[in-house]
Amino acid sequence: MKSRIRLAVVALATAFLAACSSGVKLDDASTQGSAPIESRDAAAQGAAGAGADGRGIQQVQVEQRDPLNDPASPLAKRSIYFDFDSFVVRDEFRPTVEAHARYLLANPTRHVVIQGNTDERGSREYNLALGQKRAEAVRRAMTALGVPDSQMEAVSFGEERPRATGTDEASFAENRRADLAYQ
Amino acid sequence: MRQVLLAAVVALSLPIAAQAQMRLDVSGVGATQYPIAIANFATDARAPEQVADVVRSDLARSGSFRVIDPGVTLSESAAPDYASMRSRGADAVLGGSVSRLPDGRYDIRYRLADAVRQAPLGGESLVVSEHDLRFGGHRVADWVFEKITGEKGIFSTRIAFVSKQGTRFKLNVADWDGENVVSPLTSPEPIISPSWSPDGTRIAYVSFESRKPVVYVHTLATGQRVPVANFKGSNSAPAWSPDGRTLAVALTRDGLSQIYLITADGSGAPRRLTTSPGIDTEPAFAPDGKSLYFTSDRGGSPQIYRMPLDGGTPARVTFGSSYNVSPRVSPDGRLLAYLTRRDGRFLVAVRDLAGTGQETILSETGREESPSFAPNSRWVMFATQANGHDSLVAVTVDGRVRQRLTSSAGDIREPTWGPFPK
Repeated sequence: MKSRIRLAVVALATAFLAACSSGVKLDDASTQGSAPIESRDAAAQGAAGAGADGRGIQQVQVEQRDPLNDPASPLAKRSIYFDFDSFVVRDEFRPTVEAHARYLLANPTRHVVIQGNTDERGSREYNLALGQKRAEAVRRAMTALGVPDSQMEAVSFGEERPRATGTDEASFAENRRADLAYQ
Repeated sequence: MRQVLLAAVVALSLPIAAQAQMRLDVSGVGATQYPIAIANFATDARAPEQVADVVRSDLARSGSFRVIDPGVTLSESAAPDYASMRSRGADAVLGGSVSRLPDGRYDIRYRLADAVRQAPLGGESLVVSEHDLRFGGHRVADWVFEKITGEKGIFSTRIAFVSKQGTRFKLNVADWDGENVVSPLTSPEPIISPSWSPDGTRIAYVSFESRKPVVYVHTLATGQRVPVANFKGSNSAPAWSPDGRTLAVALTRDGLSQIYLITADGSGAPRRLTTSPGIDTEPAFAPDGKSLYFTSDRGGSPQIYRMPLDGGTPARVTFGSSYNVSPRVSPDGRLLAYLTRRDGRFLVAVRDLAGTGQETILSETGREESPSFAPNSRWVMFATQANGHDSLVAVTVDGRVRQRLTSSAGDIREPTWGPFPK
């Protein structure tokens, strides 16, 4: 009986995860395994299921989330902005860099690509090199915090993938940026 | 007087419809214009008659000729009516014929005569497939151009450029006048920095299709693509050595962008060429292959430097602005084209590398980039932005004749002028 309950919990947890992440298919084996329990419970206790008599307890366990997917985590911040003609990580972005460094150190199988960007003014190739300089500034900050090179790659999109497409200063500022993209 | 001015303006800005989607506008004339009458070529009923039209538009667009259409047909074997040609102001007259051969190809024959001295200047013939009749016309125009100016024509050369329509990027190849557009590559990710191999069979470029910049060499005839520089970090700015065996590229495998030499087939290990604490990029070989121009911020601002390839210290080449980038050396080695920032405007300029060092600004809008020389060193093509759209401009190095190539299909940019055809 205990193992059957466990099975039901696993089935529920699987269903919960499936509901959270679209595109994931339910595991056929656990679905089949849980079916007899539910149908028997339903037959004995009515459509309300386990716990309908007020004494049964259905045990539910919430799986620990990957903090990378937690919108409340500092890891949710993935962009580091730069001043005009500057390649220095500003103090206000230190917590973001540190949070990602901690995460990478705690998850040695994870790999991040640091993508540098620039505004559209001037030579495309020189802008590619400037975007790299921004990505490299973030990479070096992470290296200083102990993140191994094997978990990071600094690349540049230059002016080729602008987030803001306007030609005003606000758009230019939005594009002076390095993004952290996990693989 | 006002009417005369208006007529002149109309004559100088002939909108020439080029294909459904491309449009070429020409303005300005050369310092000297040679008046030439180009008669209709004699054809049999099965031969298309477009060859003489291609010759006329090529020579007119060059700015070096005043083209007169005498409205008569003249074959290469007939004697021109010199008195009539002179009365129309022509100093030379071209006649010819186009006839279909039994194998389906076309025989183009042509003869040029001096209308002043009433003497033949020579003639030739060439055989092309039906598909290459325009190319044949371009070859005739090249021959006439060289016969009269003493310089090689660029009418049979091709250009490559990148177009962006929505989120589709295309690498395109076209005739020098924007006709015959073919797209060797279409991608959902950006393509930049195309560069022709010296023999015109391959194009190197940077593609972001793997979500980072990687340098490919693309063989046009087969569509074969080889990632020749795909190292950790960014790979970009391919430049061919004159012998076509080596590419100079910018890599960031060792930190910031530095210049390396790789083989054009991607074999072997890269050889690092520059060592600076900052950015080195945008390499360009001098035509003799013995030195390399490049952009570097080693002195605090991005400037153009030149370094000998057999070792030696890079020497700064540009001054007078805090932003001089994108060096391109003319094939004759006499001129340097580059992008310079002046009062917040980005301008394409050319500079005399020998002698006076005189600079000519070729830009108009102040939002230009990516200069590229024609193989005869007489034209520079670059990208320009106006009204939120990218188009291409070709200007003679003296700044007198200007062509604008626009596409109704979207933005076109990153032009690179191909070599003379073999």
